[in-house]
Amino acid sequence: MTTPVEHERTQVDPAPAEVRTEDRPWQTLVWNDPVNLMSYVTYVFQKLFGYSRDHATKLMLDVHHKGRAIVSSGSKDKVEADVAKLHAAGLWATMQRSS
Amino acid sequence: MKKWTRTGDTVLGRFDRQEAAVVRGLVSQIQDMLLARAEEAPQDELAALTGIRTGPATPPDDPILGRLLPDFHRLDPDAPDPAEVDSANALRSLHEPELLDRKTGAAAVVLATCPPDGGEVRLAPEQAESWLSALNDVRLALGTALDVQEDMPDELPPDDPRSPHLGVYHWLTWVQETLVEAVVG
Repeated sequence: MTTPVEHERTQVDPAPAEVRTEDRPWQTLVWNDPVNLMSYVTYVFQKLFGYSRDHATKLMLDVHHKGRAIVSSGSKDKVEADVAKLHAAGLWATMQRSS
Repeated sequence: MKKWTRTGDTVLGRFDRQEAAVVRGLVSQIQDMLLARAEEAPQDELAALTGIRTGPATPPDDPILGRLLPDFHRLDPDAPDPAEVDSANALRSLHEPELLDRKTGAAAVVLATCPPDGGEVRLAPEQAESWLSALNDVRLALGTALDVQEDMPDELPPDDPRSPHLGVYHWLTWVQETLVEAVVG
């Protein structure tokens, strides 16, 4: 038989101007790479996220010109799933907490 | 090979014997690399019991596999944050088995629909999507091996050992580009 370990919890209120780390949403980033085709990247954004052609094209151009773009955001689970889908499509995607 | 076309939902392409051999050869090489990586997954009784599969927790050493199976976080190559490394490794272990399934599955669709002796390729929408992923994986692999850069010339100097392979890369780029056009258009 065993019993759950008791955790001592101390409630600390966040500083007023500061959002607690765990409350900040996650972001999906796509990075530029020299192989992926612009047309294919746009197609993947439309297909995976249901974005309009215009929005998908804008994100693709951000990746191309700025080196990266935030393509989705939300809970850790959602962003994790988005990154996994982008990897399956062959895009270079990562996730981070929004700053 | 002429440009892909679309009739209704069906995407049509035609490869001659040599083109079909190039596509099939490259796609099966990538599939073999991915299947070998899948065999590195830890086998344990717990996974067999729970049905929850876990993959390796560390990235592949091979740069081609590394590009096909990226980390979930952007890690500083010189001074990676240990907490981010732990998180990236845990996410890799969790997601890699399904990613490998999807990539080897896409390769299998290409091998099943591209006739070994060349000829017509008829693709339903989901098959065309598999072709796009598999062609992209082959281009990522070749692009990594050839160290392709953004401003890659159409041809390299004849004494460059990469020169003969660059033509194949550019041809695959064209095959993928026209397939995107046929699917979207």
